[in-house]
Amino acid sequence: MPDAASIKARIEAGIPGATAEVDDWTGGGDHFRATVVADAFNGLSRVAQHRLVYEIFGEEIGGPIHALSLTTQSP
Amino acid sequence: MTDPHDNPIRAAIADAISENEVILFMKGSPEAPACGFSARTVGILQSLDTRFAAVDVLPDPRIRQELSALSRWPTIPQLFVGGELVGGCDIVTEMFETGELAELLGAESTSERSEPAVADGATLQIENRLS
Repeated sequence: MPDAASIKARIEAGIPGATAEVDDWTGGGDHFRATVVADAFNGLSRVAQHRLVYEIFGEEIGGPIHALSLTTQSP
Repeated sequence: MTDPHDNPIRAAIADAISENEVILFMKGSPEAPACGFSARTVGILQSLDTRFAAVDVLPDPRIRQELSALSRWPTIPQLFVGGELVGGCDIVTEMFETGELAELLGAESTSERSEPAVADGATLQIENRLS
């Protein structure tokens, strides 16, 4: 079962220099909400920024992670 | 890699995206959304008086699978405007709050090549090809 701390760690490991804040949105271990700030987002469209995060989790999104709501920003 | 010509579902999805100026892939229908994220996205489009085609991904899991492979986007809903993925519920909400969505949709609806989207048209095409 994914938890907020492991999702935060994987985002920060997957995108060098990123900082992430992750909440378990419903407390049920499957709907998470993350705010991610990373230099890597600079100059990218929102869709491209979110893809960078989603790609870390691959098939888990829509599977064990039912939803990962994202807000992305460059610093 | 699958050749799109051998993949009628993916081809139907690609056609629906190119044939409809504004198209939303969602869970359920605009009248009866089956997921909170889809409901929120429909609500935003309706609050902007946007005409949009809607495709329910739930009747066949292959719709969602092929859509995500095509769009490189894992979640539902997915909003496309002018053939381009705008985003899911988070991005649509953010763009609604900043006014960017109204600007994007306003620009599309006044463009000369734009024709009013017929809701359900895309759904029918995809269902027909699935059978």
